[in-house]
Amino acid sequence: MATRLSQSTIRLDKPPAILEHASIVGKKEGDGPLGQEFDAVNEDTTFGEKTWEKSESRLQSNAVNMLLDKSRTATSDVDVMFAGDLLNQCIGSTYGLRELDIPFLGLFGACSTMAESLISASLFVEGGLASKAVAVTSSHFCTAERQFRFPLEYGGVRTPTSQWTVTGSGAVLVGCDENKPKIRAVTIGKIVDLGITDANNMGAAMAPAACSTIKTYFHDTREHIENFDAIITGDLGKVGSRLLCELLERDGINIRDKHLDCGCLIYDFDQQDVHAGGSGCGCCASVLCAHFLPKLERGELKRVLFCATGALMSPTIVQQGESIPGICHLAEITEN
Amino acid sequence: MNLTKQEYEKLNQKASKNTKSYITLPMAFLVGGLICTLGQALMDLYSTLGFNEKDAGMLVSASLIFLTALFTGLSLFNVLAKHAGAGTLVPITGFANAMVSPALEFKSEGFILGLGAKMFIIAGPVLVYGISASIIYGIILYLVQVFAG
Amino acid sequence: MDIFIEYLKAFVVGGLICVVGQLLIDFTKLTPARILVGFVVAGVILGAVGLYGPLVEFAGAGATVPLTGFGYNLAKGVKEAVEESGLIGALTGGLKASAGGIAAAIFFSLLAALIFKPSDRSISG
Repeated sequence: MATRLSQSTIRLDKPPAILEHASIVGKKEGDGPLGQEFDAVNEDTTFGEKTWEKSESRLQSNAVNMLLDKSRTATSDVDVMFAGDLLNQCIGSTYGLRELDIPFLGLFGACSTMAESLISASLFVEGGLASKAVAVTSSHFCTAERQFRFPLEYGGVRTPTSQWTVTGSGAVLVGCDENKPKIRAVTIGKIVDLGITDANNMGAAMAPAACSTIKTYFHDTREHIENFDAIITGDLGKVGSRLLCELLERDGINIRDKHLDCGCLIYDFDQQDVHAGGSGCGCCASVLCAHFLPKLERGELKRVLFCATGALMSPTIVQQGESIPGICHLAEITEN
Repeated sequence: MNLTKQEYEKLNQKASKNTKSYITLPMAFLVGGLICTLGQALMDLYSTLGFNEKDAGMLVSASLIFLTALFTGLSLFNVLAKHAGAGTLVPITGFANAMVSPALEFKSEGFILGLGAKMFIIAGPVLVYGISASIIYGIILYLVQVFAG
Repeated sequence: MDIFIEYLKAFVVGGLICVVGQLLIDFTKLTPARILVGFVVAGVILGAVGLYGPLVEFAGAGATVPLTGFGYNLAKGVKEAVEESGLIGALTGGLKASAGGIAAAIFFSLLAALIFKPSDRSISG
């Protein structure tokens, strides 16, 4: 049974394992520093579809199908699937996964959705409510531009704090296995808003949430930062990462040596014009599946915190002048 | 996090890099200047062809708009705009790109509610406020005429 | 030589107007759409108070090609129409003077949208 340590943190006493993972990305991500590590790199980011929304759906369904193939799992063996993306009403997931015939729970946590789905899947498996559960998210540069910013061919100028939406998807299969990486504890984040109104500075909007969740985890578990190999954040980018380290330092937690941000890892800042870094649900999902989980499996990393961050806004509410609330969910993952 | 919004905004200002204006300003000057020079060359061309000043001016606008539409369609405009900044935004090219790009983008939602309706999502306000300002100016002119004349 | 000076004037004045736009992008929170609106309205006002006309005389396309020139054109059209036909001119003058440009923008946008497809900027550059 899971033990509730506080309002936010739950320890998983019968820790579920990440049985398998799959990641697919687009060309730009494939050209980045992690290019060789993804399971598949698609040069054609339309994924053979006519509209960008269908492309993202195809991307996500490809990721889940690859996951099931890699783990030799039949759809009938998956008891529940948690999925999400950035599009209105989560159509990337619903249209992508509608053919799969697996019980489906759609989630929205903006770019934090990968942690949200991983936590949900882990709790279901830990509680014995599912023997195998899938967690998957995706994002696509073109659908995100269309929905949140400007038309693709619009010659607007990006500000230095803006982030580049990752075209990519990551999927994990959660179940029980002695020898696979395990989810040991989770912290469900609270919504934090420190008044950032600039939609082109999501890192700054999300950093306070990441700070709050990480602090809560260390407080609730009485753990020490020295016992971890890496504190992985989702897509804070350069600006958000700087702010997170500074905020935590003010509270006496120094993560500078351990902190890695998926949004900073996925692109090459010198070669690729991405301003403050990568973002999107597919960013931390694909980097977790392609980079960190294999390292945990090989024992190169023993214990990490995976903290995916999200900016919980829509273009409508930002146009109304409201500030942008952030969220961060955390999962502690160990090598086995 | 014992931090007020004002304190956080200060931290944010410090963490956020500013635009490198020593690059952007000369680029805007250069590209914007060149587009205007091209406009001047076209103006001279149309004048030589016998058009009066008004028509030649209109043809210059139409030509630059045509070139923008072509470059936008060929996915070259945003490559240039990324480096030129206001150099492509402020000339009539920026207005044209603001109409072509959403028309192109939202074609996938149909010819009426997609292409036709969304064509004006960025450029619409320019027409709304430009034309409204000119009407207010016209009314003022008329009142001045009536009361002063 | 005359033609060189004429081009130089267009280049410098047009470039400087764009620099004003770039300063707004770099140092204010104004979005591109707001800047475009600002330039057009500024053109109307500068045209109305009689400052923009001399600039057009001096720089030619350097002053007419930037969006302030579009605003100036609206103001000039309204002024002529009001002088000619009174209050009606306030409604008709602006659009009449800029009809060619607006119609061209609408039609070429339609054509481009029919012919081309948007491409993924993360690949094309």
